[in-house]
Amino acid sequence: MIEVRELSKRYGGKTAVDALTFTVKPGAVTGFLGPNGAGKSTTMRMMLGLSRPDSGTATVNGRPFTEHRRALHEAGALLDAHAAHRGRSSYNHLLCLAQSNRIPRRRVDQVLELVGLAGVAGRRVGAFSLGMAQRLGIAAALLGDPPVLICDEPINGLDPEGILWMRTLLRGLAAEGRTVLVSSHLMSEMALTADHLVVIGRGRLLADTGVREFVEGGARSSVLVRSSDQARLAALLERAGAVVRPAEPRHAAGEAEAGESASPRGGLLASGITAAEIGELAVRHDIVPHELATQHASLEAAYMELTRDAVDYRAENADVPGTSTGTGISSGESATDETKRVRA
Amino acid sequence: MTTTQFTAQAPASDAARRSAGSALSDFGAVMLAEWTKLRTVRSTYWTAVFAALAVIGIAAGSCAQWADTISQHRDRLSDLDPITASLTGTYLGQLAVGTLGVLVISAEYGSGMISATLTAIPQRRTVLAAKALTFTAANLVFGQLVGFAAFGLGQAILSTQHAGVSLSHPGALRATTGAGLYLAAVGLLGFGIGAAVRHTAGALATLFGLLFLPSALADLLPPSKHYVIEYMPANSGSQVFTANPHPPALAPWTGFAVFCLYVVAGLIAAVILTERRDAVLG
Repeated sequence: MIEVRELSKRYGGKTAVDALTFTVKPGAVTGFLGPNGAGKSTTMRMMLGLSRPDSGTATVNGRPFTEHRRALHEAGALLDAHAAHRGRSSYNHLLCLAQSNRIPRRRVDQVLELVGLAGVAGRRVGAFSLGMAQRLGIAAALLGDPPVLICDEPINGLDPEGILWMRTLLRGLAAEGRTVLVSSHLMSEMALTADHLVVIGRGRLLADTGVREFVEGGARSSVLVRSSDQARLAALLERAGAVVRPAEPRHAAGEAEAGESASPRGGLLASGITAAEIGELAVRHDIVPHELATQHASLEAAYMELTRDAVDYRAENADVPGTSTGTGISSGESATDETKRVRA
Repeated sequence: MTTTQFTAQAPASDAARRSAGSALSDFGAVMLAEWTKLRTVRSTYWTAVFAALAVIGIAAGSCAQWADTISQHRDRLSDLDPITASLTGTYLGQLAVGTLGVLVISAEYGSGMISATLTAIPQRRTVLAAKALTFTAANLVFGQLVGFAAFGLGQAILSTQHAGVSLSHPGALRATTGAGLYLAAVGLLGFGIGAAVRHTAGALATLFGLLFLPSALADLLPPSKHYVIEYMPANSGSQVFTANPHPPALAPWTGFAVFCLYVVAGLIAAVILTERRDAVLG
């Protein structure tokens, strides 16, 4: 169990983490999401006592992490894949960590076997690929067989097979009743790995919710409709309680004129009503449905919508917020205003 | 591979495990880990080899030169200080030992290893103390070995001209032990500076600057203030491996005690800064 209460951290004049409060519960994989620079790594370092919070507390298994002795038995962490001396062999890297916590040598062999590095145990860490370094980091995290795991971007640098392995491992560890916190900026990966999501942006909590609730809450699913009489159908749908808006055109932006929505060629997006209901309604009023397609909001879309105003670094012309690390035009004013309001 | 293989046992509460060991054996475990770190990187061996070659090699070279001089000009014998001649390599050896002292801690920050270390042992003072003690213990043994080897080899060479002395000669045992002690102290000074500065290059510059600059600057003082030079790190520390320090030089152990004050100051700075800062290089 990890508990974060009103945790704040400033670097110079910039607030990295802003009064964060959330709890990471055992028995589930909790995805820790946010755009680059949102404060994920800083928060994780504060959980482990590597950084000092300016205010607030973070506890692991009920106590500040720095109060734990032989702490590998309390929490395992993968923060930086290259958190190892490059000149040391992976076996000796794990051995010195194990010895510091009085963990027997055989456990070193065990975790090397577990992460698939037993064959390169004698090789210097500096010669490792990023994927191998990630595996070594996981091996170190598992040395003490801890009830809590904290992993910062663990799938970075892994090949598809490695990603699958990591996902299976993390889910397995959670299934054993452990607390597993995994940060990522890849929504798609979290959709497959996490049970629960904690989303932050600009150091502030944006969402603390189950994956399913997150998708449903972030952007409702809707139905794309094309028919022989769009204007009449739109009126009928609205009378039936649905929210109707013109579908955004997929071609040139110039076609996106409002008037087009009424034309047969323009689609309608109806939410609050199912595709079946729309079909029945149309047929009952002698309108021929040409297309009915339910559009589920992806986790990605919900995430984009949530973090749109909380992206620190965005390329000037990028139309996809949250994924760009381009040279930074700082984000829109709305977020700044909002931040100020919250602090006031 | 199934999920049940991930662990040796089910996750257990910490209470049972914590009771397993006393604080002292926990600290011993951290020291053992630090010993493993020390012996599993190449830089330890490189610096040790360099230091040994410097101390013993210079003893051999210096004493061989004296032996040659004496063989040709027997009257020069009165100028010879056989003990100091065999220990003069300590001046060069300290560079390697001090460098290793810096690396022992700065490499942890430079490589990022520090976050793994502190995740295993979150008590930063415990880590610093275990590191300092382990390194110094190893250094004391190493320093004595090379110190006595240098003395033995040097005197053996001088003895070819019947100019060598034995350890029972006044000051010989103290100066020879002193050379090893000084090397260990320089290593610890490097460690303190390394922990305070964290960046290898900056820490090395600080260490060497501290060893050499004050003596050079004190030279600029008016002659009436020249005694200040004797309190500078290198001057005060080197008296302990000098056979017969002449005033105004400090007495051997007084000088070494002054040098140890610099070491302690470095360690205090290291502890305060390590406790206060975030454990990542910014």
